[in-house]
Amino acid sequence: MIVFEKPKSLTDKEFHYCPGCPHGIIHRLVAEAIDTLGIEGITIGVAPVGCAVMAYDYFTCDMVEAAHGRAPAMATGIKRSLPENIVFTYQGDGDLASIGMAETVHAATRNENITVIFVNNAIYGMTGGQMAPTSLPGQITQTSPYGRDVKTAGYPVKVAELLSSLDGPEFIARVAVNNVKNVRNAKKVIQKAFENQIQNKGFSLVEVISACPTNWGMTPVNALKWVEDNMIPYYPLGIYKDKSAQKEAENK
Amino acid sequence: MANKVLMKGNEAIAEAAIRAGCRHYFGYPITPQTEVAAYMAKRMPKVGGTFLQAESEVAAINMVYGVASTGRRVMTSSSSPGISLKQEGISYIAGSDLPCLVVNVQRGGPGLGGIQPSQSDYFQATKGGGHGDYHLIVLAPSSVQEMADMTTLAFELADKYRMPAMLLADGTIGQMMEPVELAEPEEVVFTEKDWAVTGTKMQRKHHIVNSLYLNPEVLEQKNMERFARYAEIEKEEARYESFLMEDAEYCVVAFGIAARVSKNAVVAARKEGIKVGLIRPITLWPFPKEVMAKAADRVKGFVSVELSMGQMIEDVKLSIECRRPVLLCNRTGGMIMSPDEVLNSIRALCGGEAK
Repeated sequence: MIVFEKPKSLTDKEFHYCPGCPHGIIHRLVAEAIDTLGIEGITIGVAPVGCAVMAYDYFTCDMVEAAHGRAPAMATGIKRSLPENIVFTYQGDGDLASIGMAETVHAATRNENITVIFVNNAIYGMTGGQMAPTSLPGQITQTSPYGRDVKTAGYPVKVAELLSSLDGPEFIARVAVNNVKNVRNAKKVIQKAFENQIQNKGFSLVEVISACPTNWGMTPVNALKWVEDNMIPYYPLGIYKDKSAQKEAENK
Repeated sequence: MANKVLMKGNEAIAEAAIRAGCRHYFGYPITPQTEVAAYMAKRMPKVGGTFLQAESEVAAINMVYGVASTGRRVMTSSSSPGISLKQEGISYIAGSDLPCLVVNVQRGGPGLGGIQPSQSDYFQATKGGGHGDYHLIVLAPSSVQEMADMTTLAFELADKYRMPAMLLADGTIGQMMEPVELAEPEEVVFTEKDWAVTGTKMQRKHHIVNSLYLNPEVLEQKNMERFARYAEIEKEEARYESFLMEDAEYCVVAFGIAARVSKNAVVAARKEGIKVGLIRPITLWPFPKEVMAKAADRVKGFVSVELSMGQMIEDVKLSIECRRPVLLCNRTGGMIMSPDEVLNSIRALCGGEAK
């Protein structure tokens, strides 16, 4: 009896991700949601520019590759063209919170009926470890070699908090994948972000706090500990906005 | 046939696009093309289509990229500074071999420039525009009627060759009103494309729309294949209008609004006994090289008339391999030459400078 297998909506292509990189876990959670909801045949994924640039090779559903930061705009076009299909984007912090901030905020405020998986590992991974909009104060990166100085580089962008201040979006949540408990919760929340789209509720974004052992210069184990000790305190986990749940509560 | 109606050039584009089966428009306000968006905002909801005012030109072109990925007719429109912003997306769309229509109702530049008509985006439109090896099919209307007809043609050519097409108009044709006869609406039939993303329905391998090829050998091959297609387009699709060229000893070359001004000058020069004709490129890419080269066998010289510091003139010179002198008659920054200014250039050409 098989008790644990590869999700059907992941291809057999071997991931190119570094050892200890949680992208593999997050890909798996997305694929599990697609499998559970039985939507593989109608789903279209939008890959970003960044470490997940080749995500189009890993998912078995139809895929497109967006320009840097433009995934929510491209997803908007796809969804408007094919409203019966399920459209998701998979983006990193540089892609979504720096170069693509305008596209993100406006897709959210339009309550565009798409699902956004936002992987926040506080660094630009693909280009070799530069400061990200979400790098923590004091964090050492290739382009903040003395640590992120908030006097000159400003403060990290808290995407979940920022977007939940808008009236538009349906669902904004932040999860993490640094331990089993958090992974299990992330799975539930990611699935909900897809269910919302199926139910035509609108824009659902899940910020996933992740790690980058390679560019943080840590072992995978230490990187997960760093997530626990530094990332999660700065980026508290939880459901930041759930319009439907809020309405239900008000009607009671 | 439909009756003639009086329309602004910009509105003619919008109505023609809807009649050509385009059901998705993404735009951002910018003078002098905003009437396209305004018309679409009114009409699209009535025909079950999408009008979306994007947060920027960058977002708009990437929404176009999204719809184009699904294999459906889609367009955006803007004016010069906005078209610069769209170049990234246009490059991706070209690199992913997708059809779409981009309308540029040009204004004076560079920078914020002005809001008066111009043709100074010729280089940007015909030489690629964004990064990488690619071309757009570029059509240059010179009347409101052609704004409508070339919108239809642009969609057809874009679909046929799976590449973006651009309508390169200017503020004059965009803003002026003329009688126009519109084509009967096409029925919107969606045919499944063997490259589009529409969901696998669990019946086929996934489609990937992509412009990333990390293996340089593969990317080189992709570019070679694309340029083989471009060579076919150069052979098959070059379009032009020839005016009084049969016995011409001199040739004026002009497109768009400059061609209309030039026609008056050609007629006036003929009255003075100067045997001059006009070649009006209708496709700017592919440039009608062959007709230019043939004209160079017979005529003594050319005048390139354009609303720029002289951009098309380079293609004229290349087409005729510099075998004849080519004068430039130009205004820029939003100014338009008078027929007399073109006439003076024709006189100068035959009065010595052509010898």
